Amino acid sequence: MRYRQTIALLALVGCFVALYLWLHALGYGGAIKCGGSGGCEEVQTSQWATFLGMPVAFYGVVGYFALLVVAVAALRPAAIADRGWDTMLAAIASIGFFFTVYLTYLELFVIHAICRWCVGSAVIMTAIWIVAVAAWVAGGRRRAPEAQVS
Amino acid sequence: MNRFYVVLAVVAVVLGVAVFALLRTGGGSASAAAAGPPPTVADDGFRGYTLGQGSAPVEITEYLDFECPVCANFATIQMPTIKEQLINTGKVRWRFRDYPLPIHKYSRFAAHAAQCAGAQGHYFEMQDQLFEHHQWAQTGKDPSGLFRELAQTAGVNLATYDTCMKEGKFAQRIEYSRQEGDSLRVDGTPTFFANGRKLEFRRLPGSDDFKVVVDSMMAHAAPPKKPQTH
Repeated sequence: MRYRQTIALLALVGCFVALYLWLHALGYGGAIKCGGSGGCEEVQTSQWATFLGMPVAFYGVVGYFALLVVAVAALRPAAIADRGWDTMLAAIASIGFFFTVYLTYLELFVIHAICRWCVGSAVIMTAIWIVAVAAWVAGGRRRAPEAQVS
Repeated sequence: MNRFYVVLAVVAVVLGVAVFALLRTGGGSASAAAAGPPPTVADDGFRGYTLGQGSAPVEITEYLDFECPVCANFATIQMPTIKEQLINTGKVRWRFRDYPLPIHKYSRFAAHAAQCAGAQGHYFEMQDQLFEHHQWAQTGKDPSGLFRELAQTAGVNLATYDTCMKEGKFAQRIEYSRQEGDSLRVDGTPTFFANGRKLEFRRLPGSDDFKVVVDSMMAHAAPPKKPQTH
């Protein structure tokens, strides 16, 4: 249960980070708050800031929100013992994590600029992925002895 | 379990307020008709200021945003070499089109300042000023006063400039250019087209990348050599 609570909290924070970047991409709020480095502007105005016609941050909002909804749903008493929720969380987190790795690669080696908000999101998504995989592995270990008994 | 949902709700409210505060304090005060999109759009036939000879075999069209730091870097670092190697040698004509991104509060305003300067024959001087003094794009503050100073340095008559900016004289032209960019699937700035073909670069392009593109296009466009007869 702790794993799922942790994922829900991290996803909530990630959702607001992505929401800020998405709303900024839509033109709300003027200059982005980025500590004066300009890296966020450089990343946000690059051709890689959109994916399939939508700002990349939009996919972040969708991804984090999906993780939040699934994690909260997995906290229902009826779902606690169901390992399928761990599998689903690990799957969504893995998609998010590999997308994050790709975006970080673009920042470091293609755009040559670092956006602090993107780094924050990358840290959150990586933490979610680690927790989700740990939960999935722990769930598998708990289930293995049961399978042997039956 | 219930305590967890309370914590989740409190965190959501705190983060919501934080995001709201960030968005609220991020803006400045838009000051003129030149700063926003016009209610209607009309084609005045203008297709951008150009550098280079009309007879150049390759025409590069650049969709730019004046508030974009990459555009500023490109203009100040790469463009001098491109001018020297490709434009001044007659190989390339370079066309500048506006593509103000919605995430930038003052990019339309800057594009408008450049157009107003252009109406007085000083587009390129104003473009240089806007890109060379690009700190204005990082502050989020209303740059209208600074732009007047830059316009003056660019050799612009300020009374005419002020009227032009106040009327938003070229707002429709800029919006038309932006919509043209949308129709061509411009997805960021700067975006380049060579003789109408969109250029895709795996990284931010430099002058060498354009030299390769131009040389390749010229080589393919060159008439085939006649076979030598002995």
